[in-house]
Amino acid sequence: MVWKDLLVERRSKETLNALFFFGLLLLFVFQFALGPDRERLAGTLPGLLWLGFILSGLLGLGRTFVVERENDCWEGLLLAPGDKSAIYVGKLAGNLLLMLVIETILLVLFGFFFNLDLTNVLPALAVVIALGTVALAAVGTLFAAMTAQVRARELLFPVLLLPVEAPVLLATVKATEAVLVGEPLGSVAHWLKLLAAADVVYVAVGVLTFDFVMEG
Amino acid sequence: MASEALIRVAGLRKTFGNHRVLDGVDLDVHAGEAVAVLGANGAGKTTLLKILATLVRPTRGIATVAGHDCAKDAELVRRQIGLVAHSSYVYEDLTAAENLTFWATLAGLRPTAADRAGALATVELDRAADARVRTFSAGMKRRLSLARFVLARPRVLLLDEPFTGLDQRAKKWLEEHLASFKAGGGAILMTTHSFGRELAVADRIAILAGGAIALDTARGALSADDVHRLYTLHAEDAP
Repeated sequence: MVWKDLLVERRSKETLNALFFFGLLLLFVFQFALGPDRERLAGTLPGLLWLGFILSGLLGLGRTFVVERENDCWEGLLLAPGDKSAIYVGKLAGNLLLMLVIETILLVLFGFFFNLDLTNVLPALAVVIALGTVALAAVGTLFAAMTAQVRARELLFPVLLLPVEAPVLLATVKATEAVLVGEPLGSVAHWLKLLAAADVVYVAVGVLTFDFVMEG
Repeated sequence: MASEALIRVAGLRKTFGNHRVLDGVDLDVHAGEAVAVLGANGAGKTTLLKILATLVRPTRGIATVAGHDCAKDAELVRRQIGLVAHSSYVYEDLTAAENLTFWATLAGLRPTAADRAGALATVELDRAADARVRTFSAGMKRRLSLARFVLARPRVLLLDEPFTGLDQRAKKWLEEHLASFKAGGGAILMTTHSFGRELAVADRIAILAGGAIALDTARGALSADDVHRLYTLHAEDAP
């Protein structure tokens, strides 16, 4: 599933291109809105960073099962014998890879647009981003499957996803805020534990319920 | 017929809201047998196939494949069937060979390059093995869809108008393939609108009308005109 999804994406480049230009546009808007005031920027940067990740994530995750609508491949997946949770794990892995690529690009662009040197905080920031992205992708993949066959999926998907992601967002923004001002990861251990727990719970729920979601 | 019934449908009913599509369908298809289901548009042919393929749950009645209940043992049924529906279930941005590899792997098969090449050669797509499906005609996509079952070797084939979109050569190949599938002990249930050559593979003809099987008869020596006459009598006069 991962091999197929990445191959299709590499050839079509639909999601990657869309997310790249969306991210670029978002950064332009942030840059115009905040201007060069570094003090104001320091206070809002963690939120902006995760706003960028979340909005790109919504766009990318929402497209997870678009490729399966082509020639009714969704029906083909349904007919495939075997544990459907393997499809979930494959889709989740593909989404994780795609999101991490986009987040890396966004991070580099953030540094460039706002003239930030993130080199010193990069390892700690990577831990926070990885933990937050797993939770986002786990719920996003499951909800993308739930809304894949619904007519108002573009509306329903963020309405379902964002409330469930609220605790994850809170934890990631708080942890990112601390990391960006140079605090060690130990000082935000409670947020990291919450993120790790959310990752485990969300992935487990996805694996256990995906069969029911697919069978409708 | 003495052989086991690989497909068994009894008292099958399916309603969508207030609309009753199937209302008491009874039908058996035995090993080594092919049954063609004829019916007008909206008669419920595709619904019947989808119930047997575990994609739609029946409202009432029994549908089994190889002894497994389609509603309760969907997983076991799926291991026995091959469905060729109107959609081809192929990814446009993958090549023919990649599509075959993906679906075979998902079905738990481990086809070698030779298996894959053989399946593509069987449906005469070997020269297009590395071409992206986006460049294929509708007929080529259908042939690729059929190649999946050359690899998977199911016991039961469910075919929804399988000859549609195929050229004469592909139709001939499909006839031969279905004949050898039957000879190997497989069961075939197919829907069709055609009264001609496409029925050659069928041992029995069932006419679906008014939500039930209005006629179930051996094809025997029935000519296309005979079938057309029976169809007019049973299907077109149905409520």
